[in-house]
This record gives sequence, C-alpha cells and structure tokens, in this order.
Amino acid sequence: MHNSEEFKIPFGPQHPALKEPESFSVALKGEKIMGVDIRLGYNHRGIEKAAEERTYIQDIYLIERVCGICSHAHATCFIQAVEEIANLVVPKRALYIRTLIAELERVHSHLLWLGVAGHEIGFDTLLMYSWRDREVVMDILALLTGNRVNYGMNTIGGVRRDIDPEQIQQTLKAVDILEERTKYYIEVATQETTIIKRLSGVGVVSYDDALRLDAVGPTARASGVKRDIRADDPYAAYAEISFDVITDDHCDVYGRTVVRVKELMESYKIIRQVLKNLPEGPIAVRAPRMIPAGEALSRYEAPRGEDVHYVKANGTDKPERVKIRAPTLANIQAVKHMLKDRYLADMPIVIAAIDPCFSCTDRLVSLSHIDSRDKKTITWPELHQFSIEWHKQQGIDFTQLNKQLEERLKKC
Amino acid sequence: MLREVLGSIFKKPATNRYPAQKLDMPDKYRGKLKFYPQKCIGCKLCMKDCPTGAITINKLDEKKFEALIDLSRCIYCAQCVDSCPKKALEASGDVELAQLDYKKLKVVFRAD
Repeated sequence: MHNSEEFKIPFGPQHPALKEPESFSVALKGEKIMGVDIRLGYNHRGIEKAAEERTYIQDIYLIERVCGICSHAHATCFIQAVEEIANLVVPKRALYIRTLIAELERVHSHLLWLGVAGHEIGFDTLLMYSWRDREVVMDILALLTGNRVNYGMNTIGGVRRDIDPEQIQQTLKAVDILEERTKYYIEVATQETTIIKRLSGVGVVSYDDALRLDAVGPTARASGVKRDIRADDPYAAYAEISFDVITDDHCDVYGRTVVRVKELMESYKIIRQVLKNLPEGPIAVRAPRMIPAGEALSRYEAPRGEDVHYVKANGTDKPERVKIRAPTLANIQAVKHMLKDRYLADMPIVIAAIDPCFSCTDRLVSLSHIDSRDKKTITWPELHQFSIEWHKQQGIDFTQLNKQLEERLKKC
Repeated sequence: MLREVLGSIFKKPATNRYPAQKLDMPDKYRGKLKFYPQKCIGCKLCMKDCPTGAITINKLDEKKFEALIDLSRCIYCAQCVDSCPKKALEASGDVELAQLDYKKLKVVFRAD
C-alpha cells in the first residue's frame, strides 16, 4: 500500500480487539489514523421503548440489564427519578446500603477494567492478577445481594435486603484484602516501566478538549476536570461521607489508569465509613403501584462516568417515557478526538481506556446525506398511515382486524 | 513477583474438582424457585410483577393452584418472592440448572 494513499478499513462490529460489537470505520494513511467514523446502533436493543410497556417494578429489572457491570448504577438512577416523582422519602439505612453496593460495584468494575487494559496492551499477567482479586468482591456482592451480577438489590422506596453484622464483618475482611492488593496495583501502575511507556502520551485529551467534548467520569478526571456527581450533586448517602475526587493531569491513557486505581482506595474508604455509620431503621417504604404524573431527571456517578435517566410518568403503573444517557455515549466523541493522528496499534487500548459499554450506548441512528433534500419530519398519524400502506404492499391487510378491534372496544 | 511464584508452588489448585466437590453458595442466594401450593391463594401478583413472564399460576380446583415456572425465562431476580403476600414462593440456593432437554426447564409445582 502506498503511504500517500488514504484508505478506509472497517474495525468491528466483530473484531478480536473489541469486547463488544461496535462498528468503527477508520481512515488510514499508512499506519496513521486520519479519522474515525463511529457507527452506533449495531447492538441496539430498544430498552427505552420496552420500559414504556412494562410496569415500574418490572422496569427495575429491565433497566438493571442495560449494563451488566454498572447494573446497580442504572437501576438506582432510574429508581431515584421514580422516587422523586412519587415524593417518597427513602429510609436512611436503605440509602446507606445503596451506597455500599454502588461502591462495591465500582471496585468490581475498576478491577475488571484494569485487567482488560492489561490484556489490550499484552500485559496478561495483570489481567490474571486483577481478575483473581475481582472474585473477592464478586463473592461479597453475591453474599450481600444474592446475585453475582444484576444484583436486584433496589426497589422503589428502598432496598430489598438488609445487612446483618456478620455480613459487615465479612465485607470488612474482604475490603482489607482488596486494599492490600490495590496498594500493589498502585505500585505497578506508577512504577512498572512496561505500563508507563506503553500508556504515556497515548489517547491524549487536554483539559479544554475534555470540557468541549463533554467527557465524563475517569476520562474527564484524568484530564484534570474535577467532575464527580458524588461530590457535585450528592445522591444516596454521599452527602454524609467524606472522600476525595481523584484527578490527574497526565491527560492520557496512563492518567486514566492512575485515576481508576486511586479511586479504588477512595471506594474502600467510603465502604468503611458506610459500614461504620450504618443507621438503624427500616430498609424500605411502601411504594404505590401507580406513580402520579410528573417528570424527573436523575444523575448518578457510575463507574464509567455520569449516568443520566429521565422518567416521565402519566399516573398509570407504566412510565410514559424513559430516557437513558449512559456514560459511554458522553465519552465516545472524545475517542474520536483521541485517535486522530495516532497509530492504528493504539486503537484497542484507546477505545478500552474509556471503559466502553457499547450496548448501553447503542441507539437507533438514521444516516442521511448532508446535502440530501428529501429530509422531512413525519408526524405520528403519518407514520401510522405509512405503516398501513407498507404492510398492504407486503400483502397484509389490517383493515378488517382494526374494525373488529374497534367493535370490541365499543362493547367494552 | 518471586514471592508470588514460590507461594503458588505449594498452594493447592484454585479450581474446584467440580462434579465431585459442589460449589459453595452463600445463604439466601437467588437460585431456582420453590413453590408451596398449599399456601397459594391465587392472587397472581407474582405473575403481574414478573419482568419476563416466567411464572404462571393456574387454578385447578377450589383453593387449589399449580405453578408453571419456565426456568429458561426466569432471570432469578426473586421479585415474585417479594411480591407474594402468603410466602408461597421461595428462592432456593440451587444453581445447577443446566439441562440438555429444553422441556425439562419448564417446571410444574402441584399439590398432590
């Protein structure tokens, strides 16, 4: 291939370097990346729409499955919005337990990320080490909630399970083990030459760019942006807990590694405080099945960054609209910026460095040519008419069925 | 690093001898559901709350109910256990649910 020629190669949806299917189209000049086109939508699951057709209680479990790793994050974020609409006062003990599970989840997510990052740069020993230690926190989550992933701990108005003193002792013991291991990882991340040389200067996003591109979570914090919903807009029990927001000024993948590893230490600090100050009392208030009409926006600091849920209720037992903005969607634009003028070999680790969760991010995308003139907006009745016409063309006629349905409705 | 290597030589393998040595699941782990037909009053709240429609309660006779649980649809969230007002449902710690026959995943609980 000539070096002067620019050519495009597809990277994904099925690619050995990606852990989830997502389509990237990379414009290359030799080994250099000239531009990246991110095509979302390969793994679109229609969860927002599905949530509108289920009751609030069923939605908790549906929304928990938006992401397998930040499952507690999504569920809590959704429930916070519903609780705000329904004006529920959640008991303090429930808020503390939520915080505890949230931090254990963060520990599990960051350890998982550390392993994946190690794997992407060919440092598989780190993968084996960190995933072995991740088992410790997974066992604790199984002990406290009854599930290893998708914990099912939340319910509208509180949590579903209480914690007894024996579980507190076991959790504290596990935290001690993990803290010891994390100190070792901090040593590895800050002293190991392989890591420093491979990750420094890769995937750079400056402070200004991080702000401009709306980066969130560890990606933003590694560029020196002090942005953390736990501190900026405290939810659950974070207002009563002291912790530091970790930032770093390396602005590259190395900085993101350091931020995540140091955040683990903050998480242990939070877990210890929660377990020490766990207030007595009930763990849930009774929530109505019908949520009154209203709307709410809820923010949550997931392990990957800020998670936003918007819920609109219409007075029935089903929400009218649920909108989910997963953290990866906010960070994906930064990836495009990070990859420009870098080499193709950096692509897997740069994508992995934002800790992407493509299934959470995927949404329906319609592509239209920028100069095309036949752009138009279709109203709901028009779309309905269009669908009838389209089905008629396929040889399916709903007219008779619709008449029967109308007659039946009249009888009711 | 060296300490890790030397330590690992004398450690026993991390893997379990699985079929011989069963997995140790914590108490109250959410596994396969159990249904007690005697306690059921047929309110069908579990059916209403199940996110996947895995549970069906059928009325057999006056005050006699059976539960059909589709384990291939169940997501083991145990919401039905919380919803049941009479505690007729319970999550057991049974996690060995793999089956070669798809039909065996449909479990019927009936009072004899």
